[in-house]
Amino acid sequence: MLNTDISIVLPEIVLALFAMAALLFGVYTKKDKVAGPILWATSAVLAAIGIWIAMSPAGTHTAFNGAFVDDSFARFAKVTILLSAAAVLLMSADFMYRRGLLRFEYPILVALSAVGMMMMVSAGDLMALYMGLELQSLALYVVAALNRDSLKSTEAGLKYFVLGALSSGILLYGASLVYGFAGSTVFSDIIVSAEGHIPLGLLFGLTFVIMGLAFKVSAVPFHMWAPDVYEGSPTPVTAFFATAPKMAAMGLFARVVHDAFGMAVADWSQIIALLAVASMFVGSIAAIGQRNIKRLMAYSSITHMGFALMGLAAGTALGVQAMLVYMVIYVTMNIGTFAFIMSMEKDGVPVTDISALKQYSKHEPLRALALLLLMFSLAGVPPLLGFFGKFYVLKAAVDANMTWLATAGAIASVIGAFYYLRIVYYMYFGENEEETLDGTMAPTQWVFLMASAAIMLLGLVNMFGVDGYAAMAAEALVK
Amino acid sequence: MLQTILFAPLIGALIAGFGWRIIGEKGAQVLTTGLLFLSALLSWVVFLTFDGETQHIQILRYIESGTLSTDWGIRLDRLTAIMLIVVTTVSSLVHLYSMGYMEDDPQWDEGQNYKARFFAYLSFFTFAMLALVTADNLVQMFFGWEGVGVASYLLIGFYYKKPSANAAAIKAFVVNRVGDFGFALGIFGLFYLTDSIKMDDVFAAAPALAETNLHFLWADWNAANLLAVLLFIGAMGKSAQLFLHTWLPDAMEGPTPVSALIHAATMVTAGVFLVCRMSPLMEYAPQATAFIVVIGAATAFAAATIGLVQNDIKRVIAYSTMSQLGYMFVAAGVGAYGVAMFHLLTHAFFKAMLFLGAGSVITAMHHEQDMRNYGNLRKKIPLTFYAMLIGTLAITGVGIPFSGDLFGVPIGFAGFLSKDAIIESSFGAQTGVGNFAFWMLVIAAAFTSFYSWRLMFMTFWGKARGDAHAHEHAHESPMTMLVPLGVLALGAAFSGMVWYNSFFGNHEKMLTFFGIEQHQVEATAEGASEDTTSHEAMAGIAPKGAIFMGPENEVIEKAHQSPAWVKVSPFIAMVLGFVLAWYFYIVNPAAPRRLAEVQPVLYRFLLNKWYFDEIYDVLIVRPAFAIGRFLWKKGDMGVIDGSINGVAMRIIPFFTRLAGRAQSGYVFTYALSMVIGMVILISWMAIGGGAE
Amino acid sequence: MGVADFAFYIFAISAVIGGLFTVVSKNPVHSVLWLILAFLSSAGLFVLLGAEFVAMLLVIVYVGAVAVLFMFVVMMIDVDFAELRGQMAKYVPIALLIGVVLLLELSLAFGTWQVSNNAEAVRAAIAPDMAEVTNTAALGQLVYEKYIYLFQTAGLILLVAMIGAIVLTLRHRVNIKRQNVMEQMHRDPAKAMEVIDVKPGQGL
Repeated sequence: MLNTDISIVLPEIVLALFAMAALLFGVYTKKDKVAGPILWATSAVLAAIGIWIAMSPAGTHTAFNGAFVDDSFARFAKVTILLSAAAVLLMSADFMYRRGLLRFEYPILVALSAVGMMMMVSAGDLMALYMGLELQSLALYVVAALNRDSLKSTEAGLKYFVLGALSSGILLYGASLVYGFAGSTVFSDIIVSAEGHIPLGLLFGLTFVIMGLAFKVSAVPFHMWAPDVYEGSPTPVTAFFATAPKMAAMGLFARVVHDAFGMAVADWSQIIALLAVASMFVGSIAAIGQRNIKRLMAYSSITHMGFALMGLAAGTALGVQAMLVYMVIYVTMNIGTFAFIMSMEKDGVPVTDISALKQYSKHEPLRALALLLLMFSLAGVPPLLGFFGKFYVLKAAVDANMTWLATAGAIASVIGAFYYLRIVYYMYFGENEEETLDGTMAPTQWVFLMASAAIMLLGLVNMFGVDGYAAMAAEALVK
Repeated sequence: MLQTILFAPLIGALIAGFGWRIIGEKGAQVLTTGLLFLSALLSWVVFLTFDGETQHIQILRYIESGTLSTDWGIRLDRLTAIMLIVVTTVSSLVHLYSMGYMEDDPQWDEGQNYKARFFAYLSFFTFAMLALVTADNLVQMFFGWEGVGVASYLLIGFYYKKPSANAAAIKAFVVNRVGDFGFALGIFGLFYLTDSIKMDDVFAAAPALAETNLHFLWADWNAANLLAVLLFIGAMGKSAQLFLHTWLPDAMEGPTPVSALIHAATMVTAGVFLVCRMSPLMEYAPQATAFIVVIGAATAFAAATIGLVQNDIKRVIAYSTMSQLGYMFVAAGVGAYGVAMFHLLTHAFFKAMLFLGAGSVITAMHHEQDMRNYGNLRKKIPLTFYAMLIGTLAITGVGIPFSGDLFGVPIGFAGFLSKDAIIESSFGAQTGVGNFAFWMLVIAAAFTSFYSWRLMFMTFWGKARGDAHAHEHAHESPMTMLVPLGVLALGAAFSGMVWYNSFFGNHEKMLTFFGIEQHQVEATAEGASEDTTSHEAMAGIAPKGAIFMGPENEVIEKAHQSPAWVKVSPFIAMVLGFVLAWYFYIVNPAAPRRLAEVQPVLYRFLLNKWYFDEIYDVLIVRPAFAIGRFLWKKGDMGVIDGSINGVAMRIIPFFTRLAGRAQSGYVFTYALSMVIGMVILISWMAIGGGAE
Repeated sequence: MGVADFAFYIFAISAVIGGLFTVVSKNPVHSVLWLILAFLSSAGLFVLLGAEFVAMLLVIVYVGAVAVLFMFVVMMIDVDFAELRGQMAKYVPIALLIGVVLLLELSLAFGTWQVSNNAEAVRAAIAPDMAEVTNTAALGQLVYEKYIYLFQTAGLILLVAMIGAIVLTLRHRVNIKRQNVMEQMHRDPAKAMEVIDVKPGQGL
């Protein structure tokens, strides 16, 4: 019994063991001097496990009395999480090293947080959900404050921690309400507990759980932490926040609402739709006022989460598929964009003001072009991949008779296009009175920037087959 | 082979248009001209070897959406073959001619490159025209239709430094839009009713359409009639028929070879081609064809009257073109599609030649176009003179009456045979509109003769008028310009006699020529209205052959049987016109002025082209400008821009500031926002009670 | 009302009061003391439920360790809570409103509270049979066997917390002297010391 269970969670165990081994190695050797090799090794292990999971055979397995579920949906999300975490780690090495932030705990914390994320998307039990969530979050709180000599960074970590604790409280409260009704924390028991009638207590429990998760995906009105944390954290950490944890939280979101509350689709779909609309509009509108590119990306991610939630709000397999496709595209775009943001510096000092990008195209035409593609893609300009992501979720919403939601999404994306295009405008037409950014860029950052931009362009052929896998994953989740 | 014919001009256009910097201007000219001659040669091969059986050649898939399936294909039948030779022959000759004509254009400064562009446009036009005539479905035809429109726009406005040329180009484009709107509606209607835009499917469904009613513009219409009229409105625009004709005279702002190619020989005949192509539909739309006859006859008459008093040499020929197009529509309208095509063919030769001849005169006279400044050029430019003479003989219809009974084929110039055939056909229709058209056309024939000879006399006879310097330096054009004139002169002289029997004269020959099925037509000839073969047509099979003539259509037979006075009437009209012109411009040159003084109202009415432009200006152009300005200033700038700007510059920034202020940086503010959100969502659930 | 009932109400009321005053008391030290009261009352409740092991854990770990740690922290760091409260004061009306609304809605939910038909059966299926094992053993079975996955994860979380604490606070200062025991023990007087015979009146 235990053996089969362990074989099912083997990837998680391997990653956790690796993290601990790396920790020991770091502590008993030269500490931060070996941070570079540990970072590369962690990245390699993350990628390797990602590929391992991608290659593993299809099918649904549960372990630990239903607390852990391994199905196509979980595998899809895990592959995305692991590969994006590996990518972000790789491109952050240079930045962290040059700022004196390359501590050997950093990759280890990222790896442990990845373990938490993997547990999240595989959760089959409210307790497992919470454990995964906290493991992930705690590691994130720490890395947010990694630059402990910077007031902003510590403030970011603290804010994230306090508000995260509040959200965890809300989530736990909801979970206890659900347990109070169903008498079990296992999703498969909860879904059969209602027997066609959903009392108010269970609805409240569901709502609280959703609110706790909404914090993790930074959906409005649980989004306020995001801009401050994104701005305060070191840029590679921000890049990490914007990618893998978002995928994990959305995956968990989808898993909870479908696996545990699949009997109340009409109920949660309303709440998620509200969150989606609020996120899309607040994110788009608030981003317009931002001059700091990291804050801007925070609002951008809020808006994008709104779109992903729209797919989820549809409550159908197509909606989940759209959400997954959207998330993969979003993560890819953000990796490229943050690779660029990490390279933004003037006289060796990082800059984040978007007006520093003025006239950038004159100095670095190729990079400017790549960033242009990414910005257009983020704004959802056809024929780039970002457009297809939006198209998928809008279609899912329309198919689920939520035309109003799709309309709102279209309007919000028009508003949101403004600030992406402003960056492009600055790069190509901005008038610069002072000198521009330094021309330096780490090779890994350059590679990820170019690869991401190229994917945006080439993906329009068949999206590299992602939507097929997403469809399989959605099938596994929505019965 | 057909593919080569179709795409050779396109290749030439692309290479000349985009690659002339590499191959040079001369290279571009030679290349496009060479490819066009290749096209023309192959076209003649196709035309002469064609056996009458309709062929479909698919090239590539074009649009597929729902039940709409459109291919890029070539439909080869007799109509296509005729149009192929007309288009490619005239086009290749015009290309050749342009090499001389465009050599030193005073419109351009030293060092400006324009020739490659001109040739690219010409070749592009040819491609679009070929796409139009080879179309196997209506969408492809519409593509060609719009393609020639674009080419026409570009070429009319080729002298873009001249404001008048730009205005003329825009006018041509806009007026054509009106017609194209009708055409597009017709295509939509056909697709709506038959669920296909393939020619064969549409033709097969024509009998059914005749029994369908369609609700359109607050009334029920017979579908066949309505669709035929809509398609004809498209044809009216392209072929400059009355009410949509105002662009054609202005289009003479373009270079003269353009006028010859596009606005005389090919593009303007697209409307006639369309009506003939849609003959299976037209046959089931009696009211629509009556409408076509009336419009055609009225155009032929009106244009001829205007042509009487014009002084610009190109405008005279332009009105003549318009008038001749009216002739063709009358023929098509009464059901004599073959005759319409016959006149189209002969007209292409002699009208292109008249234009090219006019161009030659214009170059000789240093780009002077006013005939009042010509005179006595016979000796200065003899070759051009002879060419123009042949053209005039052809257009006025000089020939020997009744010679057909003696020799099997009437002896005469091309216009004599084709025009007389039209006039006989209109009489042969034996309907009210047919008779109306007959008289109109006979009168128009007299006018045609008058203004054509007036042109000749004013240009080549009499005293030299105007700038003496220009007359002194008048010179014969180079060989590149004279050779096309010679070739076209052959066509103008003999094309009528060669193909008379195939198009009109001999019934049997005509049927095989157009590939119409024998037994079906025998039934037709016997006048049996309800026999098996006509039932077969009703049953939804596309009729065979290039053109279709319904069981009741006996216009050709009746035309042959028309009385002698009918057959000789155009000849008499022609002689009358000639004598009058001779009197006015040779014997008594003061007479025209006196006549104009005696009849000032009529003169002014004709000189101002029946005041069409002025009426349109008051009725349409100015109100349209006023509405446009209102919508622009008030609607667009005020309401739309205003509201967009208001939203984009006031409302959204307001919310942005609000969101910025909410982001206070204090944790408890953030927590408060979360709690408020929590309460809102919980309240939503509590009040809504979820889905219950 | 038996003794057990009486004890229950005493513990329950004092737990709620303890929680309330933890939040509202102005002096942070008092808050911690109120918190300890709440913990102790909860421990009493556990005892009443027959879960004496958990009760003792609560007393030893939370009261004995965590709360005392809190006490140290509160007393050592100088935070002016009154000032923070002053900022928050203007939000009190809206907070009260929110609180009232939330309370009403939750009472609505609890007023119509229902339990799933199969809740009882599902709940019973997880717990070991109390007739056969003591509750400590039952707890052990649940934690180390049934919920081993969650237990291990909790360990990971604690590991992360520890790493975090070290990463964020531990500083290797370079300019201070450190004690190196090995170095001290292997110090050789012969090498470390040099005896110099200083002649009177000469100095070094």
